[in-house]
Amino acid sequence: MAKLNTSSTDMSSNNNPSTGGFGGRQGRGHGHGRARGAIEKPKDFKGTLRKLIKYLKPYHFLIILVLFFAIISTIFSVLIPKTLGDITNKIVEGIGVIKNSGLAQSSSIDFGAIIYLIEILIGIYLISALFSYLQGWITAGITQKVVFNLRKNISLKINRLPLRYFDTRTHGDILSRVTNDVDTISQNFNQSLTQIVTAVTTIIGILIMMFIINWQLTLVALIILPISFFLVSFIINKSQKYFLNHQISLGKINGHIEEMFSGHIIVKAFNGEQKAISVFHKINNELYENAWKSQFFSGLLYPIMHFIENSGFVVVSVLGGWLALQGRTSIGSIQAFIQYMNQFTRPITQTVNIANIFQSAIAAAERIFEFLEAEEETPDTDHPIVLKKVKGAVDFVNVFFGYAPEKFVIKDFNVSIKAGQKVAIVGPTGAGKTTIVNLLMRFYDVNSGVIKIDGIDIKEIRRSDLRKAFGMVLQDTWLFNGTIEENIAYGKDNVSHEEVVKAAQAVYADHFIRTLPEGYNMVINEEADNISQGEKQLLTIARVMLVNPPILILDEATSSVDTRTENIIQAATDKMMKGRTSFIIAHRLSTIRNADLILVMNDGNIVEQGNHEDLLAKNGFYASLYNSQFVNN
Amino acid sequence: MSGTKILKYLSPYVWPLILMAIFVYCQVSATLALPDYMARIINEGIMKQDTNLIFRNGLIMILIAIGGSLAAIAVSYLSSKISTGFARNLREALFSKVENFSLIELNKFSTASLITRNTNDVQQIQMVFMMFFRIALLALLMGILSTTKAYYLAPSMTWIMAVAVVSLILIIALLFKIIIPKFSQLQKLIDKLNLITRELLTGLRVIRAFNKEDYEAQKFNKVNQDLTHLNLFINRLMMLLQPAMMLIMNFMMIAIVWFSAKQIELGSLQVGSMLAFLQYSMQAVSAFLMISIIFIAIPRASISADRIVEVLETDIQIKDPIKPARVPKKGGKVEFKNVTFVYPGAAEPVLYNISFVALPGQTTAFIGSVGSGKSTIINLIPRFYDVTQGQILIDDVDVRNMKQHDLRARIGYVSQKAILFSGTIEENITYGNPHATQEEIFRAAATAQALEFIKELDQKFNSSVAQAGTNFSGGQKQRLAIARALAKNPEIYLFDDSFSALDFKTDAALRMALRREAKGKTVLIVTQRIGTIMDADKIIVIDGGRIVGQGTHKELLRNCEIYREIASFQLSPEELTADLN
Repeated sequence: MAKLNTSSTDMSSNNNPSTGGFGGRQGRGHGHGRARGAIEKPKDFKGTLRKLIKYLKPYHFLIILVLFFAIISTIFSVLIPKTLGDITNKIVEGIGVIKNSGLAQSSSIDFGAIIYLIEILIGIYLISALFSYLQGWITAGITQKVVFNLRKNISLKINRLPLRYFDTRTHGDILSRVTNDVDTISQNFNQSLTQIVTAVTTIIGILIMMFIINWQLTLVALIILPISFFLVSFIINKSQKYFLNHQISLGKINGHIEEMFSGHIIVKAFNGEQKAISVFHKINNELYENAWKSQFFSGLLYPIMHFIENSGFVVVSVLGGWLALQGRTSIGSIQAFIQYMNQFTRPITQTVNIANIFQSAIAAAERIFEFLEAEEETPDTDHPIVLKKVKGAVDFVNVFFGYAPEKFVIKDFNVSIKAGQKVAIVGPTGAGKTTIVNLLMRFYDVNSGVIKIDGIDIKEIRRSDLRKAFGMVLQDTWLFNGTIEENIAYGKDNVSHEEVVKAAQAVYADHFIRTLPEGYNMVINEEADNISQGEKQLLTIARVMLVNPPILILDEATSSVDTRTENIIQAATDKMMKGRTSFIIAHRLSTIRNADLILVMNDGNIVEQGNHEDLLAKNGFYASLYNSQFVNN
Repeated sequence: MSGTKILKYLSPYVWPLILMAIFVYCQVSATLALPDYMARIINEGIMKQDTNLIFRNGLIMILIAIGGSLAAIAVSYLSSKISTGFARNLREALFSKVENFSLIELNKFSTASLITRNTNDVQQIQMVFMMFFRIALLALLMGILSTTKAYYLAPSMTWIMAVAVVSLILIIALLFKIIIPKFSQLQKLIDKLNLITRELLTGLRVIRAFNKEDYEAQKFNKVNQDLTHLNLFINRLMMLLQPAMMLIMNFMMIAIVWFSAKQIELGSLQVGSMLAFLQYSMQAVSAFLMISIIFIAIPRASISADRIVEVLETDIQIKDPIKPARVPKKGGKVEFKNVTFVYPGAAEPVLYNISFVALPGQTTAFIGSVGSGKSTIINLIPRFYDVTQGQILIDDVDVRNMKQHDLRARIGYVSQKAILFSGTIEENITYGNPHATQEEIFRAAATAQALEFIKELDQKFNSSVAQAGTNFSGGQKQRLAIARALAKNPEIYLFDDSFSALDFKTDAALRMALRREAKGKTVLIVTQRIGTIMDADKIIVIDGGRIVGQGTHKELLRNCEIYREIASFQLSPEELTADLN
């Protein structure tokens, strides 16, 4: 069974410091500056894109609307420089008139025409801004809804996946899908969806405008296009390599820091400070080399694009000036043309960037879909048998089971437990004592053979009905961020306060709860560390007591509980076990000796079964375990 | 702001910084010179029909553009080197500082927080510095110079720029005034969502056992909805920024063209100058825009800087003596003399007046319930903490008079939670004694009962250990941690509940082997298991920070109430009676 711990000590490994302590190690989401970091490449780009488009299906109409708005907004914004240029031309014409007529003082600029053009211009601005905002408004709505659905589906999926799935993965990995990956989609998808449309329409629109203004200048300007496309992709790809290296050494240094700080006491005890510092020094220098290179290379983009921009500027100024001298173009046109040139480089940089951003969004989506498509628990049978009053007889008949396929840990296990019997499961640490719990609760299903409750195969029962028959108290006490009362009442709907208090009283937890600040209304904090381990255990016992199940599964505490609390817990469990079939993962000698049946486990396997005296007489594994554990030599 | 103190780590970079500033200036001048030449082409070339002048100026423009780009590349180079070098130095200073922290300082900050400070916070500052060098400096110079130039071209129109800049700043300020509180709300919701997801995962078995899947789904859904709504609100508000800015810029251009036209008609402005003015004003406004956006990043960076400085300026409480005592070669007698200890910031002492002697060749054990203070006793010996009152002596020398390095070199410490480092098994075992021979390593592993599982591994002693030893089970980790202490071959062994993850069989075998290996050494063991220490030479019972009993197992059974209580839990009645007789 995987550890259910909510250790707060390795919270540091999460890249979001405020998200608190989940136990994932050095996750892949460890990157800083993810937006600028190395780009992840999806494995199956097309397939994932197709699935993503499926998610967008309800919004197809809206998306078309978005595209339409984006195009309108771009068309209008593209018209701006041309109109400004027209105004300039009007001014220049006026001056020309002044010069030609020789009447220096008379007004010849056609202000009426200029005002008309300005009115048009203002209209264009407003329309362009309005549509650009509308388009953003709708896109945000679509993205957020898609992201909402993704999150929702992930959370539902968690409940439908078999435990096997989680036992073989870290929590950090799954959490990072819910948070980081969904986030990546929400940010990048939004951006790329609108920007790609805007960028493409802008490029096309500008090209058209430029051709209209002057085809010779446009042809010259177009030479710049492939050059800058080439340079931008070259630099971005080049800096990718350094970004990746940077990311790797960042991971290394974070790993080292994490390791040394969490192991500080050992570093101190073994005089390891100098060693830690010298290792750090080495990694730190490596990080520095990669960091400045990646920064430098990505920083090259700006000066180089700027240079191209400026060269274009110069070429257009000179060539345009020369053409103007020949009367083949006007000053206003040169001005408009320069503005178009300036606007031209931005969408080019954008498209290259978007390609990358889009790729990482797809990579994130791929991980999410991978999770959403994981194989779910086998469904309940179509015609489940309804358990009425469970007496509590449990039978294992020829049970075979293995966590890995064909690697059985339990082979041909047979036992018959009568209602009300106590079963102790014993064995050294790591012997797989929780396997029995996994099978009884159908967290895992047997490979072959049958487990029966009151003679009914548990596979014939709905999982929810089966689990209602069991009360489970694990050593890894799971409490959630809520009041003590809510935690006790967790297993039953519509519970009155009196019932909660009664259950707490029954397991001797009422007293300590009353001594807590705010008593039953005290909120258990996120790390669940504002009450002691022993108290937590009592609460989980009360929680089961309230449900009053016919069969119990108990995991006896080994340590970390002080003697007095242990006394109380013992009394509470004794009381709870009365008259119920109980499975106890036992550490205490008295429990073991009082058990009706002892299952002895080693290396995942049930090696012996019987009661204390029988097993001692057998002089096998149990006897040697017993002698080494409890009898002093 | 104490955070500004990190600036002193920039001092090695004074000259590169000055050089960079010069290059930034060159870059800006080059960019700003271009519209000048363009104006000349129009005013003197086109208007006066001078082809030569057009080409001559064109050539100069190209040269300026090249020069500007070279300067920009130099800026990129220098800024990368300075900001990452600065971050490197800062990181190193932080790390070295923390390595010298005692547990007092470590606990004050918490490990998690120290890690974040050493990683994310430094990274954050590096990013902001980079932005400052590359964008803010450039934008500032650009803003000032282009405003000046625009002013010289047409002083009467500079007010248009002023209006544009002020309205931009107002809009940004207004937006952020609404959005920033929403951001902290957003962060809270994200945390909440993470918490619920984490609970879903950690509580898998319990949730299913109680059939609460639907309830949990509803809980998740509610937060998911809140988060979606807030995100939508923030996104839609943020989206106003871009069109609003464009609108202001565009209106500014219209105003400039309009007022220029008036002046051109009066003959007080040339057409070329109007175009140049347009360029300058656009540059100036976008420069101020950039600066104001960078200013938004400052509060966050200054929080990071404060957090870093807080670590760097922390006083380390456990220091080496100025005149360390000479450490006698052999022995290892540990003596507590009336030791009282209060954790920093705590109201009550955890240990009251503890006195005992642990002799070489003997095993001294401490037993008591959780929170009784028995682990604290162990932690005081290697000076993880210093006593509040009283004295701890090793071979009659106060531990505070020894160098920490010398003191700890004599101690083999095994913590409660086994901590391993990434590397190989051998590297872990030799962590405290890099010169250990193959035979010593082998023997340490054998004594620690680690040999059996190491032998099973493909790479034996060269098998790799993952970070925090996650590829080994709790019991295996603990045995490796014990081997690590053994390989050091110290005079004093401290076992802080180190056998808890071992099953009883291994525990017994280990103790047996240990008794052979640690002959003549002082062994101190803290435990909750009576079975582990029944054969100790001396058992000290701790309750509520006080010694309530001292003696052997049999003696204590007879005359120590608390010990008897513990024993009655863990031993069978037969064993109890057998031991009593």
